[in-house]
Amino acid sequence: MSIGHTLLGLLESGPRHGYDLKRTFDEKFGHDRPLHYGQVYATMSRLLKNGLVEVDGVESDGGPERKRYAITDAGITDVAAWLAQPEKPEPYLQSTLYTKVVLALLTGRDAADLLDAQRSEHLRLMRILTDRKRQGDLADQLICDHALFHLEADLRWLELTAARLGRLAEVVLP
Amino acid sequence: MTPAGSLLAAHDLHKTYGSTPALDGASFSVHPGEVVAVMGPSGSGKSTLLHCLAGIVTPDSGTVTYGGRELSAMSDAGRSALRRTDFGFVFQFGQLVPELTCVENVALPLRLNGVKRKEAEGTALEWMARLEVDDVAAKRPGEVSGGQGQRVAVARALVATPKVVFADEPTGALDSLNGERVMELLTESARTAGTAVVLVTHEARVAAYSDRDVVVRDGRCRDLEYAV
Repeated sequence: MSIGHTLLGLLESGPRHGYDLKRTFDEKFGHDRPLHYGQVYATMSRLLKNGLVEVDGVESDGGPERKRYAITDAGITDVAAWLAQPEKPEPYLQSTLYTKVVLALLTGRDAADLLDAQRSEHLRLMRILTDRKRQGDLADQLICDHALFHLEADLRWLELTAARLGRLAEVVLP
Repeated sequence: MTPAGSLLAAHDLHKTYGSTPALDGASFSVHPGEVVAVMGPSGSGKSTLLHCLAGIVTPDSGTVTYGGRELSAMSDAGRSALRRTDFGFVFQFGQLVPELTCVENVALPLRLNGVKRKEAEGTALEWMARLEVDDVAAKRPGEVSGGQGQRVAVARALVATPKVVFADEPTGALDSLNGERVMELLTESARTAGTAVVLVTHEARVAAYSDRDVVVRDGRCRDLEYAV
């Protein structure tokens, strides 16, 4: 995810302090991975240098100085261009799972066991996400659904591969 | 030999249809209140396993034990009575009786157990409210949507507070949103009532509503409970 573009997008609704940006980002998009303060300030410095944000004011309230950032016209154009650009679909052509299956076959290990173990691990995570979805709000549901659909795709691949292990062995074994 | 504390257990089941083996040494167990998903590719023997567990089909060999009693040792009438009192069923297509209204469909298991109409329909309405379909109580199955019909079927499966609900691809005919709602309500209601669920599905997203899963391949299944 482009943190710079996301923070810029959050600034479009009005100027904010770095801390405020971090909090909003974590609430809306952070989930299990909150931003570090360092990341926020490094990103804001870069955006400032590139003219995409400007300092709208500095407050101290007796404590350390806090900069309030505002998005510039160039920043708004940059957010618009990012949103309009479709994300490149992940091709998944260098899959660790596939590599492991082939290596298991090449080294005479049980590839079916490997696939079963992976299957259990995928389902375990799917149960956790389903439970979280059940207790969460719509935002939680959508983000969990995104993960669940990807895990489901992996599982279908695992099933298909399990059913084709014999043929795969013929292809990869010397 | 059944896993300790299990409510329903199958051991080393074999079943052949003609020359086609459907089950080839399948073992399975479910504990009271547990939701277990039975997964596997089409034709792997999932449904045959479910039918054997529910006493609908008699295996060629192997045992099915429910509450300490062996199903094969019971008479047909005894197994039928057990299905009426202790088991509930949900199928892919609701299989509701088209001539009856939805509330009459839900009340049916209670009526078959001798409960009077008014009391049976009162209980049925409570279950329909839990499944969020009390508003279609007076309609016939042909007049409700697929998702509503399936929730009516779930209410019917749970109305007599069975010990085990057998659900065979309960969301197979529904879109994602309706399927999810059915699974949420089915598992939530079953957990609240302490009912075990044997859930046959080939969809991982549906299986993710379970506590545990068992995979059937070529008529055999890996039930880790048995591996312990």
